[in-house]
Amino acid sequence: MALLAATAGALGWMVLGAPSVQAQDKPPEAPPAAAPAPAAEAPKDAAPAAAAPADAAAAPAAKTDTPDSTGTTANTDKINGGNAGTAMDLQWPIPADTSTINPDGKGKVTPDEVIANVAHNKISLNLMWTLVTGFLVMFMQAGFALVETGLCRAKNAAHVMATNFMIYGLGMLGFWVCGFAFMFGNYWNGPVGIGWQPPLGQGLANLDGGITWTIFGKPFGIIGTKGFCLGPSVFDTAVFTLFLFEMVFMDTTATIPTGAMAERWNFKHFIVYGFWVGMFPYAIYGNWVWGGGWLAQLGQNFALGHGAVDFAGSGVVHMCGGVIGLAGSICIGARLGKFGKDGKARPMPGHDIPMVMLGTFILAFGWFGFNPGSTLAGTDSRIAVIAVNTMLAGAAASVGALLTMYLVTGKPDPSMLCNGLLAGLVAITAPCAFVSSLGAVILGFIAGIIVVFSVFFWEKRGIDDPVGAISVHGVCGCWGVLSVGIFANGSYGAGWGGVHKLFKDGAFQIVNTNADGMLKTYNDLVSKGWADQGVTGIFGTFFGAPAGDGAQLMAQIVDVSALFIFIFIFSFAFFKISNLIVPIRSKREDEIMGLDIPEMGAEAYPDFQLTDRTSPKVD
Amino acid sequence: MKKIEAIIKPFKLEEVKDALAEIGVEGMTVTEVKGFGRQKGHTEIYRGSEYTVDFLPKIKIEVVVTDAIVESAAAAIVKAAKTGKIGDGKVFISPVSEAVRIRTEETGDKAV
Repeated sequence: MALLAATAGALGWMVLGAPSVQAQDKPPEAPPAAAPAPAAEAPKDAAPAAAAPADAAAAPAAKTDTPDSTGTTANTDKINGGNAGTAMDLQWPIPADTSTINPDGKGKVTPDEVIANVAHNKISLNLMWTLVTGFLVMFMQAGFALVETGLCRAKNAAHVMATNFMIYGLGMLGFWVCGFAFMFGNYWNGPVGIGWQPPLGQGLANLDGGITWTIFGKPFGIIGTKGFCLGPSVFDTAVFTLFLFEMVFMDTTATIPTGAMAERWNFKHFIVYGFWVGMFPYAIYGNWVWGGGWLAQLGQNFALGHGAVDFAGSGVVHMCGGVIGLAGSICIGARLGKFGKDGKARPMPGHDIPMVMLGTFILAFGWFGFNPGSTLAGTDSRIAVIAVNTMLAGAAASVGALLTMYLVTGKPDPSMLCNGLLAGLVAITAPCAFVSSLGAVILGFIAGIIVVFSVFFWEKRGIDDPVGAISVHGVCGCWGVLSVGIFANGSYGAGWGGVHKLFKDGAFQIVNTNADGMLKTYNDLVSKGWADQGVTGIFGTFFGAPAGDGAQLMAQIVDVSALFIFIFIFSFAFFKISNLIVPIRSKREDEIMGLDIPEMGAEAYPDFQLTDRTSPKVD
Repeated sequence: MKKIEAIIKPFKLEEVKDALAEIGVEGMTVTEVKGFGRQKGHTEIYRGSEYTVDFLPKIKIEVVVTDAIVESAAAAIVKAAKTGKIGDGKVFISPVSEAVRIRTEETGDKAV
């Protein structure tokens, strides 16, 4: 303590964290060292000059506060309250040798140290952004639980809530075991533009193992193989941040089918499903789009725009969940009494509409993590555009659903308004970074119309989806992926998928980062006035792009086709095969009485008399 | 002693209660019930599919009164609960053989 106080006094560069109590200890221990500082300060502030010597050491701490905070003294080497950075702070990670910091302001911080610190700032800001937005997405689980439970009958409320609750644990462990490795194990080798750097830092270079097949002489990334159980080979903050963010996204996919299959799903089968969904379908398909796999490579391999572009997961997350829900709903069959003998649908009204609407708002709030967080970079200022597009599309969709319901049925069913808002948010998820605000409003409004007719469509087909998950996530997710290829206005995503599209006088030149000498070609074109352009849709020119691009829409069509074929067949097979081991369907009498007591052992509302046990009639 | 059971529209409860209080009825039992009569149910639309609500919410009032005021009590209920539209409800009157006030053990007319 004495040594530290002496150093502080002598160097005079920090009163810093030393409060006046400590300062009062100084005079008896090290009076000579402490003395010069107050002496130097005294003339500036005449008032306390007459202070007793014993108080002299304490006085400067109070005095130096005043001039610094009012800015009257340019005292760069003294900090009050420790709330400003100094050269000392640039000695990262550990200020091993404080003597290199010169008290008279001639710091010896080297340019390399400055560079390292700027880089560290950038990476830590990106890590923090990705983590915090990931926390927001995690909170969306609460929204899903409320929406799905509110739209089901009171007799199954604890059961539906429990599926939404346990998918968090079951799915996460599955994703930790192998889902993350399959999805992002080969992230480092994905197609990227010139000058790309991993937003979360070079630690992502650990994710460099995967299986690539050569088909038609082109590389097809099939699956990643690094990062099983987040083992020692990927023990890195960047990888862990990516894991958290992608894990909560997987959770969204996983919890969508719990809505489509609610009120009749044997909980024991659901447990098997929980692990499966965390380990395989989302991870494998996600690898193809986000993990650098073959759909992301479509641009490089076959000149289809920038390859499949799905910014935050209209396809990877939502359509994937919706298609699993569709396969599950077909395999499990409709709820007892849902369709009469004439095949006509009977309504089974949800038991708590305020719960549904509260959950919808929680989801809409979480979407501010979902979409802007998918930059994986707080330093990418595009997050502002993304956040605004996200809220606009959701709002437009809720209005679209409102008007459609008024025109079709005469009354705007509140649960359908919720489906409408969510439909718009799902649709904007893929194009959020690439479209203008007008594009966001148009595609959101269309999603609000689509979702209403989609709900009617599936019900007429005899597919029972209590909460509209197939329509909201599956159908509008598909619309979202396609809308990138329609509305993108070329203002973002230059070099996406390893493809640079350079534009001049209405003509395109494509520079593929896989090609030999591409850097020279690129630089030559740029020097001749060709402008590098972002992702462009077929009608991009209406929204500000210099030219439209039909190839991107082709890539998006290939993307949704691959998704539907792979995910539907894979999940249909899973449900059919697992049904042989653990029955997928709850027992008939349990379903009629409500699943809460027979399967969960606890009723959601034990103090209330429930009338829905007798309604509707079961043929 | 007679028991009056009246099935009325829920929003008429306050008026019926006041009307009964005016003629000296000192207590009543009220139950929320569901049912249908000639009015039948009505159709609603939930998420696009039409359905019939068969049982409509009603209020059932039970009062036990002395023979002296039973007619005026029934008339008061009918007057207060009437809207003139289908679904106004019904009043049933039946004899009660005995009544006991538990606190004082009084019986008969004194107990009601």
